[in-house]
Amino acid sequence: MNALVLKLLVQRISLGLVLIFFVSIMIFLGTQILPGDVAQAILGQSATPESLANLREELGLNIPAYQRYMSWLGGVLQGDLGTSLTNGRDIGQSIADRMGNTLFLAAWAAIISVPLAITLGLISVLYRGRWPDKLISAVTLSAISVPEFMMSYILMYYVAVQLGWAPSVAMLNDRMSMLDKLHAISLPIAVLVMVVLAHMMRMTRAALLNVMQSAYIETAELKGIRRSSVIWRHAFPNSIAPIVNVVMLNMAYLVVGVVVVEVVFVYPGMGQYLVDHVAKRDVPVVQACGLIFAAVYIFLNMFADIVSILANPRLRHPK
Amino acid sequence: MDKPLLQIDNLTIEATAYPPGEAPRRITIVDGVSLTLEKGKVLGLIGESGAGKSTIGLSAMAYGRGGIELSGGKIHLNNREIRKARGRVLRSLRGAEVTYVAQSAAAAFNPAKRLMEQVTEAAVTHGRATKAEAEKRAVDLFRKLGLPEPENFGNRYPHQVSGGQLQRAMTAMALCPQPDLVIFDEPTTALDVTTQLGVLAAIKAAIRDQGVAALYITHDLAVVAQIADNIMVLRHGKTVEYGTAEQIITAPKEEYTQALVSVVAKDHEEKNTDLPPILEVKGLRANYRGMTRDVLSNINVAIQPGTTLAVVGESGSGKSTLARVITGLLPLSAGQMVFDGRQLTPDQKSRSRDDLRELQMIYQMADVAMNPRQTVGTIIGRPLQFYFGMKGKELRNRVVELLGEIELGEKFIDRYPAELSGGQKQRVCIARALAAKPKLIICDEVTSALDPLVAEGILKLLADLQEREQVSYMFITHDIATVRAIADTIAVMHLGKLVRYGKKSEVLAPPFDDYTDMLLKSVPELRMGWMEEVMGTAAE
Amino acid sequence: MRRVPIPALIGLFITGLFILSAIAAPIIAPYGLSEIVGDVWEPASSEFWLGTDNIGRDLLSRLIWGGRTTILVAIAATVVSFVTGSVLGLFAAVVGGWIDQLLSRFVDLIMAIPTLIFALVVLSVMPVTIPVLILVMGLLDSTRVFRLSRAVASDIAVMDFVEAAQLRGEGRAWIIFREILPNALSPLVAEAGMRFIFMVLFVSTLSFLGLGVQPPNADWGGIVKENKDGIVYGIPAALLPAIAIAALSISVNLVADWVLDRTSSLKGGRNG
Repeated sequence: MNALVLKLLVQRISLGLVLIFFVSIMIFLGTQILPGDVAQAILGQSATPESLANLREELGLNIPAYQRYMSWLGGVLQGDLGTSLTNGRDIGQSIADRMGNTLFLAAWAAIISVPLAITLGLISVLYRGRWPDKLISAVTLSAISVPEFMMSYILMYYVAVQLGWAPSVAMLNDRMSMLDKLHAISLPIAVLVMVVLAHMMRMTRAALLNVMQSAYIETAELKGIRRSSVIWRHAFPNSIAPIVNVVMLNMAYLVVGVVVVEVVFVYPGMGQYLVDHVAKRDVPVVQACGLIFAAVYIFLNMFADIVSILANPRLRHPK
Repeated sequence: MDKPLLQIDNLTIEATAYPPGEAPRRITIVDGVSLTLEKGKVLGLIGESGAGKSTIGLSAMAYGRGGIELSGGKIHLNNREIRKARGRVLRSLRGAEVTYVAQSAAAAFNPAKRLMEQVTEAAVTHGRATKAEAEKRAVDLFRKLGLPEPENFGNRYPHQVSGGQLQRAMTAMALCPQPDLVIFDEPTTALDVTTQLGVLAAIKAAIRDQGVAALYITHDLAVVAQIADNIMVLRHGKTVEYGTAEQIITAPKEEYTQALVSVVAKDHEEKNTDLPPILEVKGLRANYRGMTRDVLSNINVAIQPGTTLAVVGESGSGKSTLARVITGLLPLSAGQMVFDGRQLTPDQKSRSRDDLRELQMIYQMADVAMNPRQTVGTIIGRPLQFYFGMKGKELRNRVVELLGEIELGEKFIDRYPAELSGGQKQRVCIARALAAKPKLIICDEVTSALDPLVAEGILKLLADLQEREQVSYMFITHDIATVRAIADTIAVMHLGKLVRYGKKSEVLAPPFDDYTDMLLKSVPELRMGWMEEVMGTAAE
Repeated sequence: MRRVPIPALIGLFITGLFILSAIAAPIIAPYGLSEIVGDVWEPASSEFWLGTDNIGRDLLSRLIWGGRTTILVAIAATVVSFVTGSVLGLFAAVVGGWIDQLLSRFVDLIMAIPTLIFALVVLSVMPVTIPVLILVMGLLDSTRVFRLSRAVASDIAVMDFVEAAQLRGEGRAWIIFREILPNALSPLVAEAGMRFIFMVLFVSTLSFLGLGVQPPNADWGGIVKENKDGIVYGIPAALLPAIAIAALSISVNLVADWVLDRTSSLKGGRNG
């Protein structure tokens, strides 16, 4: 690894850390932008003066915002995410299990959708303008036109209720075998895969087409090489960076999709936890979950950029 | 029964165009072209853009770019009809019997792979050599083509070598499988003139050495004269004239070929005046922000009223930067500019409206120099409105008058730029500059993107306008022939410095400094054997 | 004359139908929004064309009224997003310098947080009313419009014809409105279509999560939420809004594709 690449990597990683820091400020500010009193908003109009005063005390509303932010950030850095307003439990503990569940769901969705999207994108490019391409693009256009929860209910209605192939509610427990667990979450995975797949495949197709239109692909074709070798030897090495980028960009749909899908299938993950507590106006929980979701997203993007730096021959072999 | 290496009979090539919102329609790109090429000979295909020369060249590999279809006629290569060949037959021919050298080698090499792998790929894939043999051959070719460190050259990546070197490497890639035929598609067009000569000589030596036949495609008659045995002149997809190089160059029969041949020979009579200069640039320096090296250092030039200063140089010479500094788009770091007796402020934003009006600019790419959403009338009319407050009938009359001056009729007034040809677009840009009644027009490579005959027309128009309006030009170009055709004074620039400056008759007469000498010598002349002469003297 | 391709025509027709039904909801809806007119989850009949919902309201009427809310909120949020995003984007591209840097970095920051997550964070403390929803959605989404319009405008701003206008001495207003804007308009219009679709999906999702349009008002997402329990009993009432959303967004997509296609062909030739 040369100095230039190292420098770019260090730059990119520090940018990611700086970004997370500023995002934590944004998320903190996001819960402070209300012109009036947060305590009032949380408890509603009918709150008694005593309960308001108690809540203000608990939220630390009597001290300036920046001090509250500093102590929140300090806590987060030491792994202390604070306590929930609604049930007084430690947020870190409540999140730990749920985070595992969410990662389990998201990871399986990613494992299935990424290779599938790349394969379908490749097929689309190979058969560009012919029926496989048109079919794929029509199906994916429909898929991105339907919100995640709609897709969930459509699947739930036909696959779970009408056909009875999979459970309509995704319950997990520790006694289940891996296969049982996968069966339990098969519908949420299917929904996530469909949503992510549609976006990812469309962008993979565009990225690949871009590479396939380069002059060096024509050069390779004019060498009389088989089309599969043209793609494998010449198109593929130049497509790694754009495809990784596409994959990571689409992880955003996964992050958002997970929230919705967990609610639909009553899956005990972070998304459901977040939505529940938004409705209950449990600000500390919302802040903690928001920060975690955003941080995961930023790390994924950072990872994509790192791969494209490493895949760039101009950077790996400078003049 | 034995046919020549390549025989094309009555070839027709068509494409389908998809105009938005209309039914698709067929366009004929090549119409009934026939040619033959014997083993070891070089055939030059010459023509303007849109003549179909590249398309014919690629048809010898039975290849059509983006939806192009080889729809009729016969193509025989090595006694085999290949027009309808598909799949394996086609693959066995491409990269083995026929290879290809593209105009832009920089784009034609895969950025992710080392040069050696790409140069030897075709030979190895087709079993024409083992990997070791092919690599040995490649090193040999690198040496013959004058590439630095031939032993290690192949270990580099495309972005690590210069444009001229890449073009040579691409020639090596084409020759490595030891094909029977190589197609050269404008291989030197994108190169600077001094680089072009070396590459051209290397290509010629290498193909002679291997005894391979070649189709050499170019728009430059002087280039093809150095390398071809036979020449075919094409226009609008049809053959205009086909004969030996000797005959085409010395005794062209067709009117079009005669025009092409004579375009190169024009020379313009030098004008002189004693009037004070319209623009004087003294001790000019400039650099881009954040860079310490000067892009321009100590430039001193002057332009007399009603005359033309040609600023000539290769890419990176700073000639366009000079224009940007004079127009005030790039701040100077030292020196001064006196325009019509007044000091010009360095920043365009702080100049008076009269200064802006009297100093106009015409660009190289006319299509991006005009707003595609404005009509010709608006484009030419805006300066009239802006500087002279004209409106209504007066404005329209003046626009029509200007259209007359650029030899376009009133009917053009409501057209959009996309509806004009390249030459017409450049004329509209000239009219826009004229509308401001300028004293000096800076012309930045205004003819470089145009075909030679169209360019000639533009140069003639500019000369006529100068005669009538007494406007001065600062003419920026890389092309010596253009300089001869239009300049009164010449400034030769190299790497941001002024290497030679004076009246045309002095600058273009010996004794020369080294750079000017090389520059002038590198410009291909339209006679056979010129390259050998130059390379001969250079070797001494 | 230029022919409108059939998919775009279909798109235009269906989009038009949706907008008409949103405008004419009070006239064409057979029943009122909250009128309880039948039994719980009655099947489709001549009286209730699409059946009834979880507390016996007419589903067709709810869909028409709900569509009115969904479309209204989506249009308003699109307008907010577009006006904010494109004005700031064009401004940043033309002005450049530290103002551009500041705006661009701020937008990067907002975009580093997934939109739904940030919306949830903000909505956890804000009163969830329709104006607040429109503002939150519109402002969060304006970051995307900002990026696009800034990119389009900076591509145009470096073209020679803009430089020519600058050299002529034209003012900033002429350059933005006469040179850049006419050339930036079509991609922005096509993007408006995409943003509108996104807003429809966004508001539906929020309502479905219970954080969007609040009862007694209804929108398509809310109707799904109310009827979702029926799914397990094999009652497909919750799927009907899905069909409406999909139909609307596919048809808008078709129109946007056509607009975008026209834009890119303009570069090639106007008379073509």
